[in-house]
Amino acid sequence: MSATPMPQAKLDAGLILLIEDEAPIRRFLVATLAARGFRVNEAATAKDGLLQVAMQPPDLIILDLGLPDADGLDVTRQIRAWSAVPIIVLSAREREQDKVGALEAGADDYLTKPFGVAELVARIHVARRHAQRIEGGKGEHVYRVQQDGRTLLVDLARRRVAIIESDHETIVRLTPTEYRLLETLVKHAGKVLTQQHLLREVWGPTHVNDVQYLRVYAAQLRHKIEADPAQPRFLTTEPGVGYRLIA
Amino acid sequence: MPNDPSRPDPLELLAHARREEAQSRRGRLKVFFGAAPGVGKTYAMLSAANRLAREGVDVVVGLVETHGRSETEQMLLGLDLLPRRSVEYRGVTLQEFDLDAALARKPEILLVDELAHTNAPGGAGGGGRFEKRWQDIEELLRAGISVFTTLNVQHIESLNDVIAQITGVQVRETVPDAVVEKADEIELVDLPPEALLERMRSGKVYVPETVKSAVESFFRVGNLTALRELSLRRTAEWVDAQMREQRAGSGGVGRKAIWHATERIMVCVSPSPMSPRIVRAAKRLAAGLHAHLIAAFVETPAAMRMAADDRERLVQTMRLAESLGAETVTLSGSDAAAELVSFARSRNVSKIVVGKTGLSRWRERWSGSFVNDVMRQSGEIDVYVIRGDADELVKRAEGSPLLLPTIHSSWREYFLAALIVVACTVIGVVTRQMLEATNIVMLYLLGVVVAATRLGRGPAVCVAILGVAAFDYFFVPPQLTFAVSDVQYLLTFGVMLVVGLLIATLTNRLRDLASAAQQRERRTSALYAMSRELASSRDQKDVAAVAVRHMHDTFDADVVLLNSRFGDQARTLEVLATYGSPDWFDDRQRGVAQWSLDHAKVAGAGTSALPSVAGRHIPLLTPGGTQGVLALRPHMSQEPLTPQQILLLESFANQIALALERVTLLEGQQAARVEAEAERLRSALLSSVSHDLRTPLATITGATTSLLESGPAMDEATRHGLLQGIDSEAQRLNELIGNLVFATRLDSGSVQLRRDWTTVEEIIGAGLSRLRDRLQMRPFRVLIPNDLPLLRVDGALLPQVIHNLVENALRHTPDETPIEITAWATDQNIIVRVADEGPGFPVGDEERAFERFYRGAGSTIGSGMGLGLTICRGIIRAHDGRIWTENNATASGARAPGASVVFSLPIERPQPRLFVEEPVSRDATAGLGGDH
Repeated sequence: MSATPMPQAKLDAGLILLIEDEAPIRRFLVATLAARGFRVNEAATAKDGLLQVAMQPPDLIILDLGLPDADGLDVTRQIRAWSAVPIIVLSAREREQDKVGALEAGADDYLTKPFGVAELVARIHVARRHAQRIEGGKGEHVYRVQQDGRTLLVDLARRRVAIIESDHETIVRLTPTEYRLLETLVKHAGKVLTQQHLLREVWGPTHVNDVQYLRVYAAQLRHKIEADPAQPRFLTTEPGVGYRLIA
Repeated sequence: MPNDPSRPDPLELLAHARREEAQSRRGRLKVFFGAAPGVGKTYAMLSAANRLAREGVDVVVGLVETHGRSETEQMLLGLDLLPRRSVEYRGVTLQEFDLDAALARKPEILLVDELAHTNAPGGAGGGGRFEKRWQDIEELLRAGISVFTTLNVQHIESLNDVIAQITGVQVRETVPDAVVEKADEIELVDLPPEALLERMRSGKVYVPETVKSAVESFFRVGNLTALRELSLRRTAEWVDAQMREQRAGSGGVGRKAIWHATERIMVCVSPSPMSPRIVRAAKRLAAGLHAHLIAAFVETPAAMRMAADDRERLVQTMRLAESLGAETVTLSGSDAAAELVSFARSRNVSKIVVGKTGLSRWRERWSGSFVNDVMRQSGEIDVYVIRGDADELVKRAEGSPLLLPTIHSSWREYFLAALIVVACTVIGVVTRQMLEATNIVMLYLLGVVVAATRLGRGPAVCVAILGVAAFDYFFVPPQLTFAVSDVQYLLTFGVMLVVGLLIATLTNRLRDLASAAQQRERRTSALYAMSRELASSRDQKDVAAVAVRHMHDTFDADVVLLNSRFGDQARTLEVLATYGSPDWFDDRQRGVAQWSLDHAKVAGAGTSALPSVAGRHIPLLTPGGTQGVLALRPHMSQEPLTPQQILLLESFANQIALALERVTLLEGQQAARVEAEAERLRSALLSSVSHDLRTPLATITGATTSLLESGPAMDEATRHGLLQGIDSEAQRLNELIGNLVFATRLDSGSVQLRRDWTTVEEIIGAGLSRLRDRLQMRPFRVLIPNDLPLLRVDGALLPQVIHNLVENALRHTPDETPIEITAWATDQNIIVRVADEGPGFPVGDEERAFERFYRGAGSTIGSGMGLGLTICRGIIRAHDGRIWTENNATASGARAPGASVVFSLPIERPQPRLFVEEPVSRDATAGLGGDH
């Protein structure tokens, strides 16, 4: 596999390594991503993929979990052993354990096949932004996102949470735990965070299995920030996996 | 006989067909039959064999005794000889026929001389399989090998004692009539007596030196003529029987054929030594009449206390009857004659054969005569009375029931009887001042009653006699002498003795009846206990376990139950259950069990097949075939089983066989049902898959081809429309496949719940996330109270339920109609309802909606695989919840169009403890460090 010759892109959005054994999927992804300014390297096997990660470190890896020569989870772990490059995992499997496994193994995000291109590109951007923020050593202090005419505003530096609805700003009062939960989500905005990850970060390593804490505080948080907590717009649930605060 | 004599008995036709069928696979048996040794049977057999060998038939000599005759030896030259088996018996090496070698060689025709031969008894070492050569030959025939054999008339079982009477020589080696009757061909080798004697004189008949004198007395013209007549007559009978059979077989409908309804003859069996004679006589009668023979024994209370040798004789007689081809029956009742006659009526028996009892007239009056009873009650049935031998009658009289004890009371009992008399006397002496002499008589009679109930009849009789003596000696004046002064006392003695004897007899009979009833009761209840448990057994393992346990308890034996399986070639046995020590069931036992299975016959200890092994093997026969084999080894293996035990054993085996058959059929039925259901689902799935998967594919293919062909020529809106169509249909396809995979996983049970505490709101929110766009076009509400308890459920599966229910509502109701989700809690459950205002479920179809591939009648908008609700039900049931449909579920209570699907999930308690936090500050801008 060699780097696909790039058409002269208007801007270089970065180098993506695509490790995927299905040629049709590779073909359409390469075309789509190239059209959005990415350079794409392809690998059909885990072995080749790992080699390419070492030879020409990419800015992001798209990894299929169902490779013929190795388990995708192992590949993720091997890459993570020496590189922090963002990894987005593709899986045809609908099993939640696989998704959780991939995330726990160090993947940044996952997509279930079939997926829309818009979704993929959004995930790529979130993952890269996050990676860049870590590289830069400082995160963005203000999170601001709009859904259905409502804006959620979180200012981490000032510890200020507010909802802006038709130009009217309402301050949201949070308990310390609710705030820590929201803070964690904001720091990884756009990414899915597993239940275990959130429990570890907010409640500490001894509470990794107390899912009920997370459920109750997530529900409380939704009641404070969502218009209809039963149809959340900001804080969504990934069933069986975890939570995602949209970016 | 109830049958119309002009019509073929269907049973007989069936039996004929069965025999024909069995024989087509069996080898054919040809018997060279003669009146006496030396008539040339072996020679005739060998010439026939030579003829066939020249024609190219594969003829092998299994065993032929030439007795050194050169002409016979010469006949052997052209034939293939099977090596013999050497058997060491009492220090002598005997040359025996090698059955295994013959089976292995498997010739077309095998020559085995002397059908009546008894094999040398083999120990564990080189013994043959069977006691008798005819059994070897049976085995050969079954294996499909045709056999030529020879037989003399005196070896035929039913003629055995007639010949003993004629010749004065009792022949020990006999062949059951049934064996000869089954022969396909009988060739009589006849030689006039004079010619035979001539041959004798010229040394052409083999005669061992040791028995020369006996043989000489045997070979007399008178004897030989009688034997010749017998053999000619018997052959004529066989030929007649064969002709009849052929006529029966060829008799077409309407043809005036001679159809004899089969006559049935019943012979009454007793433990008497003359009983075998009566059975043989009955067999001769039956053979002459071509009748079916039944040998019956009535187990009366008196028979329960039968002595061991009587019991053994009875078993032997019954076995003899069986070997003569009779059906054996054991009846049970207190009145033997009544029992026999009523059984005879029930079986349409036309003739009853009984033995003449040798009781003298007065004794007959006293105890009643069995023969008279039978004759009085028999009505239209003929009764044949056959005499027994005088010396046997004397023996029989010894065991006569009246005067001598048949219960074998020990000396201890007689000693106790004497003590009773002493006690009565002491009491009498002590109380003589107060009591009249008559009352003292009462005292002694009381003693008789006590002795009769406690000690048996013998001691009671003893008490009666001693009591009279003691009364005379101690109480009748003059006292302390046996002399009597008042003659009246003689009457007292007489009455006292008679009353005492009567009491002894009656009490004893009562006791016997009671104990017989008790034994019967025990057997019946043992059988009942087992059959009740068998009735509730659901599968083979159950049945087997119940069976071996009960067999073990009832017979005090180690039990193994094997059932038959159809393997590649033959039926094989596998052990279903064992009880007691399983060690005894080795390969040898397994072989016997296999034999019993293959031949559907009892084998092993106490039977005629393979009697040298320790266990008894009973085939489990049902009308549907042999279900398996029951093998048991009684712990008291040296004592033979009593007829009652054998009867009970057979009843047990019957029950077990039927139960086994029942569960086998049941399992087969269930498997067939499951298979049919699976087949139905498969075809439904196939048609559903092809339809539901192809519809979106058709849209996608259509849109893409049109874009490929004329894409550039299209305007932007058209192109966009096509592309949107592709997108939505692809999503639908994905959903369908997801549902299919999911349903399969639910079915195969590979879904494991990963339960966690979660909120209803979360479940609903997650379930709705993928439907957001479609819901935005509808009036849609979610009503959830804030204080619902937490649920411990699988957080990945339950959102799927909400998704499917809402998706279902979206698909089956018109746009613009509202959809509403409501949740509430009761004491035990959380209930969630998804309601729409569509056409509702057809009345009566509410439950079917959850069945796979159900599609509502109003489902015009799009289609799905009808799997959505099935999956919902699977998930809810896995959580121990319930899901159902309701029509008309609006809040106003008015009948409005619309359907609801409602599910309830149990609330688990205790609920997890949560600490409650208050918001830290009113003004979040002040930071978390501040307080209220």
